[in-house]
Amino acid sequence: MFPFIFEWAWDIAHLVFMGALWYALSIIGAGLTYCIIKSLYDTATQEGGDSAHH
Amino acid sequence: MTKQAQHTKTKRYGMVIDLDRCTGCGACMVGCYAENNVPFRKDETDKMLSLNWLRVFKVDNGKPFPDTEVCYIPKPCMQCDGRHMEGHSPCVSVCPAVATDYDEPTGVVSQIYTRCFGCRYCMAACPYHARKFNWWDPVWPADMEKYLNPDVSVRMRGVVEKCSFCYHRYQKARDKAYVEGRDEIAENEYQPACAEACPTRAITFGDLHNPEHEVYELSRSKKAFRLLEKLNTNPKVYYLTSKSWVRRKADNYLEGESPADRKPAHKAETASH
Amino acid sequence: MTTPAIPEGVKRCSTRKFAIWLAVVGAVLLWGVYAMFLVWYKGLNQTGMNDAYGFALWIWADLAVIALGGGAFFSGFLTYIIGKKELKNIINYAVIIGFICYSSALLILALDIGQPLRGWFIFWHANVHSMLTEVAFCLSVYFGVLTIEFIPVVLENPKLDRVPFLHHLSHNLHEVMAVFAATGVFLSFFHQGSLGGVAGVLYGRPFSFREGLLIWPWTFFLFTWSAAAVGPCFTVMVTWLTEKVTGKKLVKQEVFQLLGKISGWMLLTYMIAKIADTWYWAVVTAPSKGFALMDFYTNNPVYGIWILIAELVVCGLVPAFILISRKGRENNTLLLTAMILAVIGICINRWVMVLQVMAAPLLPFQEWYMYMPTWQEVATTILPVAYGIILISLAHRYLPVFPQEKELNPGN
Ligand code: SF4
Ligand code: SF4
Repeated sequence: MFPFIFEWAWDIAHLVFMGALWYALSIIGAGLTYCIIKSLYDTATQEGGDSAHH
Repeated sequence: MTKQAQHTKTKRYGMVIDLDRCTGCGACMVGCYAENNVPFRKDETDKMLSLNWLRVFKVDNGKPFPDTEVCYIPKPCMQCDGRHMEGHSPCVSVCPAVATDYDEPTGVVSQIYTRCFGCRYCMAACPYHARKFNWWDPVWPADMEKYLNPDVSVRMRGVVEKCSFCYHRYQKARDKAYVEGRDEIAENEYQPACAEACPTRAITFGDLHNPEHEVYELSRSKKAFRLLEKLNTNPKVYYLTSKSWVRRKADNYLEGESPADRKPAHKAETASH
Repeated sequence: MTTPAIPEGVKRCSTRKFAIWLAVVGAVLLWGVYAMFLVWYKGLNQTGMNDAYGFALWIWADLAVIALGGGAFFSGFLTYIIGKKELKNIINYAVIIGFICYSSALLILALDIGQPLRGWFIFWHANVHSMLTEVAFCLSVYFGVLTIEFIPVVLENPKLDRVPFLHHLSHNLHEVMAVFAATGVFLSFFHQGSLGGVAGVLYGRPFSFREGLLIWPWTFFLFTWSAAAVGPCFTVMVTWLTEKVTGKKLVKQEVFQLLGKISGWMLLTYMIAKIADTWYWAVVTAPSKGFALMDFYTNNPVYGIWILIAELVVCGLVPAFILISRKGRENNTLLLTAMILAVIGICINRWVMVLQVMAAPLLPFQEWYMYMPTWQEVATTILPVAYGIILISLAHRYLPVFPQEKELNPGN
């Protein structure tokens, strides 16, 4: 899973497999981080919440 | 190249079992149980729950008396070389945790008990049912624990185990050779417990690559065959028989096909070298 | 009676009635939990498995719930990526059903391994060549995605929605949902496929072994395709059941019909591919290993050729043809029958690809291996059903799952 684990090899199989895995994980991570930061920001700037989008 | 490979040329340890000689006495199984600390339970009726690394099967020609003929087939792990003879044995390629591996210098398929987490995918993959699962924790009868083989670790519940061609004996022989300043180990220095236990000397063991080893010629004999060759698992366990009905029991044939149509067992293997 | 926790404008049963319902289902759940602890405490000797059946009921249950849970990724794909607006009315429920299916699958996997505490080895010491590794990774990550898709639905509970941060979070998650849905589709493609690959790569098992494309056997593609085809049928089936239990119409019939039509075409194309695959296997792959087709369907008490016919014709072609015809879809009974048949068909397929693979003998001197699950296995397989019912009940009571509910049930 990580390059420091001894099964790891810098071969095609590992690069493709783990590449895809870490790619998917980073998209999910980035998406989540964006949502949380944006929500914190929205909460701070629009005290009491707004319902403009409803 | 690894350090290991420098002082030992790549070997392909294998076994030849002469079915014409086997009497079905089961000494090989007993030898295996004792050597490898294989546990057993009070009731071993259900063989599919038994931990037998080596099991002797009894087959007959299906004819009524007085034409009945019986043959015994001892079946250890076949130490498959895999489809392309490169170590992708059915079981090794599927294990998700690399708990079973193909040892390049010897061709032995290993099993790491402390790595295995018991998913049993390897058991599903092995066509020979050579893999056994520890459904229970081992319990030894009184005092027997004192007689366990210190060279082989005992296994815990929930992991898979199988025949290792007594790999610990290979390690011991190598250590001895190293201490004595030798590069090679002799044929008789590394023999598995089953081969030693067999009273009729039906089991021969050695390096299939080494023309000086007995198995070299035997595996190339006209009488030699392997189990389920059509699956291309490329086993390193060969059998010898002079009976054609036994040959037929070793693989599946469509109507009209016969074992005689197949090329000799060793051809497949030499083709890749 | 309406408490503030219940969404506005909809009617729910009394707390008392709800509590009794939960208690009944909870009793079944407890039975399953008891069996689960037995298995963890005493080990896998509590099951009917043996050295011939390393894979059995649980692995089947895993494959089946994941195929059926495929409704979540495929509806997500249709809703967010293809842009089928009508499906917004059922996507929440599809996500909840998917969440239940996947969490159940993970639970069953945790039961099924001999050394549960070493479960993480599959990630840590990953063998990237093993189909099971691919399954484990994609399944867990996709479960994470489903959780993210589920969160905004939970946050719409009136009480939670009043918290400003949660209100914004729910809104922001909705905004970027397409990104998560796309990742989910990618992950689903691979884990549905690799579940098919699990059996397909076993070249020592002529019954399940298939040729394929690069490293993927044909079963890889067949599994993904069939999950996409039948997942939505399962979503509709559960929605219909929910309607029967609550005595209310929750989703408009057009939505069912649209999903039915898409499923129908998916199922038909899947069946064509599946039949071609079966034919090639029967005349080329299996004979090359010395097996004739009927070798796999005779000499045993269970697996006759009926199972192949049931899978391919009765629960395959028949529902496909019903679903692609407008008449079939517009007739409510036919629509549902077809969907139920399709669901049964996929369960048979997964059963065959696990259990029959183990049952068929390989050496000519061996017999068919038969297997009987123990009550512990059955109870732990029913456990997720009870858990699913409870989660659905809670979700239906406290969350605005169905956008059309108010409109369809005016007088409330
Ligand atoms: S006989 Fe079975 S366990 Fe042994 S190497 Fe072959 S596939 Fe693996
Ligand atoms: S049971 Fe153990 S050895 Fe076999 S595939 Fe699973 S982890 Fe690997």
